[in-house]
Amino acid sequence: MALGALLLVLALLAPGFFRGGQLLSICSTVIPVLLVACGISLVIISRQIDISVGSQFAFCSILAGLLIQAHWPMPLAALAAIGAGACCGAFNGALIAGLGLPSIVVTLATMVTWREGLRWWRQGEFVHDLPETFQWFGLGQAGGQTAVLFITALVFTIMVLGTKYLSAGRFVYAVGSDAEAARLAGIRPHVVTFGVFVIMGALTGLAALLNAVRFNDVDPRTGTGLELQSIAAAVVGGVAISGGRGSLWGVLAGVLLLACIAPALVFLRLPPQWEKALQGGIILLAVTADGWRTVRASRSSLS
Amino acid sequence: MTDPLLRLSNITKSFGAVRALKGVSLELLPGEVHALVGENGAGKSTLIKIITGAHQPDGGTIQIDGEAVTHLKPASAHAFGIATIYQQPALFPDLSVIENIAIALEKPSGTRLVRWDDRHARAVELLRRVGAEIEPETEVRRLSMPQQQLVEIARALGAGARILLMDEPTASLTGQEVDLLFALMRGLRANGVAIIYISHRLQEIFQIADRVTVLRDGETVGTRLIGSSQPKEAAIPGKTIAPPESDTFTHAELIHLMVGREVSALFPPAENKPGPQAFSVRDLGCRAAGIQGVSFNIRAGEILGLAGLVGAGRTELARVLFGITPADSGSIELGGKRLEVSSPRDAVAAGLAYLPEDRRRHGVILEMSIAANITMAILARLFPQNWMRFGTERALAQNYIRDLGIKTMSPETRVGALSGGNQQKVALARWLATAPKMLILDEPTQGVDVGAKAEIHKLIRQLAAQGMAVLMISSELPEILGMSDRIAVMRAGKITAIFDGAGADARTVMAAALGKQSNETSGFN
Repeated sequence: MALGALLLVLALLAPGFFRGGQLLSICSTVIPVLLVACGISLVIISRQIDISVGSQFAFCSILAGLLIQAHWPMPLAALAAIGAGACCGAFNGALIAGLGLPSIVVTLATMVTWREGLRWWRQGEFVHDLPETFQWFGLGQAGGQTAVLFITALVFTIMVLGTKYLSAGRFVYAVGSDAEAARLAGIRPHVVTFGVFVIMGALTGLAALLNAVRFNDVDPRTGTGLELQSIAAAVVGGVAISGGRGSLWGVLAGVLLLACIAPALVFLRLPPQWEKALQGGIILLAVTADGWRTVRASRSSLS
Repeated sequence: MTDPLLRLSNITKSFGAVRALKGVSLELLPGEVHALVGENGAGKSTLIKIITGAHQPDGGTIQIDGEAVTHLKPASAHAFGIATIYQQPALFPDLSVIENIAIALEKPSGTRLVRWDDRHARAVELLRRVGAEIEPETEVRRLSMPQQQLVEIARALGAGARILLMDEPTASLTGQEVDLLFALMRGLRANGVAIIYISHRLQEIFQIADRVTVLRDGETVGTRLIGSSQPKEAAIPGKTIAPPESDTFTHAELIHLMVGREVSALFPPAENKPGPQAFSVRDLGCRAAGIQGVSFNIRAGEILGLAGLVGAGRTELARVLFGITPADSGSIELGGKRLEVSSPRDAVAAGLAYLPEDRRRHGVILEMSIAANITMAILARLFPQNWMRFGTERALAQNYIRDLGIKTMSPETRVGALSGGNQQKVALARWLATAPKMLILDEPTQGVDVGAKAEIHKLIRQLAAQGMAVLMISSELPEILGMSDRIAVMRAGKITAIFDGAGADARTVMAAALGKQSNETSGFN
């Protein structure tokens, strides 16, 4: 809803915003956040949290870059990046689901470990001298952006269909809403939790790859702050932190809304410093609206 | 004629489009026990919140001691002497009894020095007044439910309560503890305290209340006197409601007022003879659950009632049978086959179903729709390729909504929006959908109003008639006596007796539940 309003304002005041190249460019910055936000939404819906995604992202990006540098073919490197992300997720999942440790503590630890491990490994070095086929898959900017967009649209569609139509999707909502009730109904909450973290990792790996190909080198500091961005987008998109509620379409809107603010400010000729403030304000608004809705719903159920 | 302590006239209250109260009038005299009854959704909780100042009425007047009061807030209600005792004690579990009492009575101040001697003395005095044998230094979490209740009452008295609102106070009390509570209430009544007593247990109302006000659909439909003479022990003849001796108001009349129609058979009789043995348990033990040497069997079409005091181990036994806490020893057989049940998944696959005690917490998922809840346990069976088809799900849900009489506009309604009785039916539907051979029901009508209770009982009978073996755990003696073909009694993790339906009555069951003839007072755990 807010996204619609923003777009309307822009259309009226600065039609230049909507030029094709501009939109595509926004999309390609937004895509990694979208994929990660989708993954993290699943995690949040199942009543967990994962703040190590930024570090996973960096790790997978570097890995992809290094493999390409070593002349691995792109598809294989891509699979490796996704797989690496899935492994990170599996590691988180094993500790959280298997040992029952709180997810905030585990992912805090892995966030720091992986980030520092990466820093130690790379000593801050970028991955350069990448072959031509790396940037934009060798398709040039426009072609590459379209390819990235297409892949993301495909993955997003699969995720939306999956959460709606697969029983596994419903299990995630059930476990997040009331894990014990789900267990009594014969669902295995541990398996669901583990699976959710693995999916999170895989999506992060894919996002890392799709982001890395925008440039011709890989910065090991990439992904910093990604966890906050994706959680913010999820929350703005209607995913309840308390679990059990949220839809991926909302997440899409949330991602787009937050991402459009910065360029919108430029086009509306407003000071760019407003970006963070506006983002913060929107997040606050979204959380309040959600909280208010919950209070009203509980008041109207007579019991 | 003394002024009523509290008078509500024509109170109305709406929440958005929902009219919770449409015109409630109530008068409370000092020194009376005034019962408030009504089906779930009739508006009792809303009314309580208005009396305690948590909600403001939209219309109507409140008078305390004859003076009109506008804008009653919780603090002012407290000052007027209105105190509430809820089903779940509102005490601080980590603090001691002394501290809990002190917090309620002392004005908050960060700088005052604490006078422990005064506090101790006051706590001792208050505990004595309510007849509680509790060490004042005990941490509240170590006290049993009835003991915590006594502390709450003591605290209310200390705060100068003149009106005590008690909401389902006997829900987790045994028969003996209820008697003690009633004795205390009679004592308070003699001292001029007025008590508003809310309960679904109509028998108790006839035992303790002086007057009863019935709420239905947000309106008062009547206030009646109840005979105050000592009631005869209410027998449970056959399977119909027993009206106790009272010349002013009968049990049946009360139900009629509450429900608006006759509820003829609260406990439908068994129609056919039970079949061959279906479910048998031999020497079952589980150290973690405190169960030892449990053996019993249930025939197809039979209802085995499981009675016992709170804490006797009945729910623990159900959890062992269902695989939530797997057994260490012994065997379980269903349909002649031995079962290895180490998780709820195994249990469901084997044909067991379990409706847990606290449906709001774990029997249904409140956030999800009725349809989603009903299919939750059978998703794998219903959609083997994992791809859900909502049409199929809706149709299945519609069938159960129709068969069980679930009152709802659509199968997509959130279960959280339904009344207690209907939520219970959804929980039941979920398990029926698994087509179980054996059904374990844990307090199936707890907190459910009379009308829905009768419907659920009828359903249970029907299920048994279709050949299901049913294990029914209940703390309501009339329900156990009225519904069971045979009754097993548990105490301290073991089965102490198994009675044939005909040979059991309240006395024998209670005796078995208490074990030997000992003088154990409150504190069963």
